[in-house]
Amino acid sequence: MKFAVIQFPGSNCDRDMYYAAQNALGEEAELVWYEGSNLEGYDAILLPGGFSYGDYLRSGAIASTTDIVTQLKDQADKGVPILGVCNGFQVLLESGLLPGAMLTNRDLKFMCHFEQLVVQNHQTLFTSEYEQNEVISVPIAHQEGNYFCDQSTLTRLRENNQIVFTYQNNPNGSIGDIAGIINERGNVLGMMPHPERAVESRLGSDDGLKLFQSILVNWREHYVAGA
Amino acid sequence: MKLVKVHVTLKEGVLDPQGKAIQGSLSRLGYDHVQEVRVGKYLELKVEDDQHIEQQIEEMCRTLLANPVIENYEYTVEEGVTS
Repeated sequence: MKFAVIQFPGSNCDRDMYYAAQNALGEEAELVWYEGSNLEGYDAILLPGGFSYGDYLRSGAIASTTDIVTQLKDQADKGVPILGVCNGFQVLLESGLLPGAMLTNRDLKFMCHFEQLVVQNHQTLFTSEYEQNEVISVPIAHQEGNYFCDQSTLTRLRENNQIVFTYQNNPNGSIGDIAGIINERGNVLGMMPHPERAVESRLGSDDGLKLFQSILVNWREHYVAGA
Repeated sequence: MKLVKVHVTLKEGVLDPQGKAIQGSLSRLGYDHVQEVRVGKYLELKVEDDQHIEQQIEEMCRTLLANPVIENYEYTVEEGVTS
């Protein structure tokens, strides 16, 4: 399986994401520069955390206007699995691939510590290796992670089971304790916590590894077992 | 040349922790009659004359300058200084 890890100017979790796919999961991964690259031919696309374009204007706003995000939308339409973590999630929101927006954390602080997440939907291609309602330990590292959407969007997210992860103890004020959501089609996941930083027990937790394993298992079921 | 002044503000009902912190500071300075502070952005754009300028600014606000999920925007188009 071949993963693309998109690098924007200011991405800083791109190597961690690469390591998670290439080393921890043991599949092929490529770092893909945002300019002059082609997103065709990858089995999954990873948008890493960081501060693309220095978080100018709004986190993820400038990155969402680049050509690579236009290509990303095409790949999303084709059903390619896309995972956006932290700033990657913010880019997915700003580009309209996921609904809602990010506000500054309730307490205005940059927060960097482990949080307990509840797997609210384990029937996605990103979470099938988890148990329903499993509690996992994954670090957060953000200042703009206070997820917001209007009431009708929240109702729709709940009705369609699009809320994939919630915080057990909401650290940032996110509406509905939301830590991660998926699109209606089920191939685009955005989350603020960093599963790629929790892929080995020596990192403090390997609970994030199952997320990458889920992507792999689902890819195999689709393209290998079915072939 | 036109001078476009854009104000981007948080929608009503959207939490503004920064505004709250500033209000708290003002209160500590003795200005405790300030009931609420909301923080927004102000942008100035120098734009070449174009008959569709209003429509273009509207589009720029919706697609990039503001995020309609959380923000409102207002703008004025004025005669700019030609340099």
